[in-house]
Amino acid sequence: MTEPVIAVEALEKSYGSVRAVDAISFEVAAGEFFGVVGPNGAGKTTTIECLEGLRAPDGGRVHVLGLDPRRDGDVLRQRIGAQLQESALPARLRVGEAMRLFASFYTRPLEPGAILEGLGLADRKNVAYANLSGGQKQRLSIALALVGDPQLVFFDELTSGLDPQARHATWDLVRDVRAKGKTVFLTTHYMEEAEQLCDRVMIIDAGRIVALDTPAALVRALGAGQRIAFGADGMADDVIRALRAIPGVERVELSAERVVVYGQSDRLLAPILEVLQGAHLSFHDLQTEQPNLEDVFLALTGREMRD
Amino acid sequence: MTIRGLSTFTWTQGKLYLREPLATFFTIFFAPLLLVLFGLMYGNEPNEMFGGLGSMDVTVPAYLGIIIVTVGLIGLPIQTSSNRELGILRRYRVTPLRPLTYIVADVTSYWVMALAGVVALVVVGKLAYDVRFEGNILSVLAGFTLSTLAFLAIGFVIASFAPSARVAQTVGMVVAYPMMFLSGATIPYELLPPTVQRIADFLPLTYVVRLMRGLWVGEPWSDLWLEVAVLTGILVVCGAISARFFRWQ
Repeated sequence: MTEPVIAVEALEKSYGSVRAVDAISFEVAAGEFFGVVGPNGAGKTTTIECLEGLRAPDGGRVHVLGLDPRRDGDVLRQRIGAQLQESALPARLRVGEAMRLFASFYTRPLEPGAILEGLGLADRKNVAYANLSGGQKQRLSIALALVGDPQLVFFDELTSGLDPQARHATWDLVRDVRAKGKTVFLTTHYMEEAEQLCDRVMIIDAGRIVALDTPAALVRALGAGQRIAFGADGMADDVIRALRAIPGVERVELSAERVVVYGQSDRLLAPILEVLQGAHLSFHDLQTEQPNLEDVFLALTGREMRD
Repeated sequence: MTIRGLSTFTWTQGKLYLREPLATFFTIFFAPLLLVLFGLMYGNEPNEMFGGLGSMDVTVPAYLGIIIVTVGLIGLPIQTSSNRELGILRRYRVTPLRPLTYIVADVTSYWVMALAGVVALVVVGKLAYDVRFEGNILSVLAGFTLSTLAFLAIGFVIASFAPSARVAQTVGMVVAYPMMFLSGATIPYELLPPTVQRIADFLPLTYVVRLMRGLWVGEPWSDLWLEVAVLTGILVVCGAISARFFRWQ
């Protein structure tokens, strides 16, 4: 068992009378893709800034790569890469210049050209930062986070403000970062992003940990199970009984020509179809719904998690 | 952080400065243009009031003050506050770039820009009016460097307290422009009415102008101890204040 890459114990941070982070503890293992999700103001950015050494915690202990971010910041910053929320570069700085500049800060930087190539920015080298599109700016921020060849990379709200297409493209790039063996710490307020990318997800709300587990386990723990709905004409009682008898089915609801089957198993579809076909029933508009992290958040906080 | 980091950062800051058309104009072209303008009006004939020197002979060293105050009180505060406002300083803070390296690189690039303005001014003064120079180049360079550092330190104080780039710009201009006219930098001290001369004695820029004019005609450092003491004092006090109150985010 190796030492955790991030170890946080009872971290606290307040701004005035507001408790931004309220005694949270967690660990991140080497090579893990760790996500923090929660609504705006939940304490995500404060947490990440305490890990990066940008903020001094009011209480608790923080160790990143075995170092104290406030005390050993200079050593630590050689080994981490970061993309910050709401952080720009000088408008007239060109892509290639930015890469060379950031490379010069590190003792063992990677070749800037190869990184730009990998992120599809090779032909943008001479373009000023101000003239890049939103997606290109985000890709440059990833490139700058990687140029020092870090062991641990922080992404804070990486895809905020990007359109869905650029967001999905960015996910692929972030998966590549992890595939290179780096530990990734990501914050987001998109539940889908966390579900798609993260090995483990920490849900925080009002500065406290609400849940911390793999996305699949979080959804399982919710106990919401699967929901299959369809419209059918002339449902007979024996068909309802047959549906109820399927292993894993918890209940069947019938309402205005629409049938909803609730169950815990994720293998309900085939037996349901079998029953319907056996009864020679014609059905239509069949839908299956899997609960997701969105539902987990709603169940745990009583609030919708929308942007 | 490496020496390579320091030199790359200084070089980058310099390039970015030159890409701001307004900053470049006011640092490098403004003082020579002003010199030509006033030269057309006054010429450079020897004048009793200036101890036998011509108007241009005393204006060139005095204009060094205009360049220094422009870079220190307008250029630096606007640039620094805007870099903070955009989160650029914060971004640098999560790299191994150390605060001291940032300050050294920043100060060096501003010093080089101001020096470029001085060179342009002196070349124009020499070619157009054959201005007299009786001092020691190294002394003038040392006096220019002390003055620039003192004014960059004042600029860092403004940048430390200004909540935004807009405020920094306003404060910088409100402090800089009256000072240019009341300190003898634009209009020679000798031509100022006595009441204004008394005000001038309280303005930091007056000491830059006196130091540069003195060194320009070869006055010994021992006659300029007051100017050196005032500027050193400003550098130390403002340096300490910025070190205490400078914010990266």
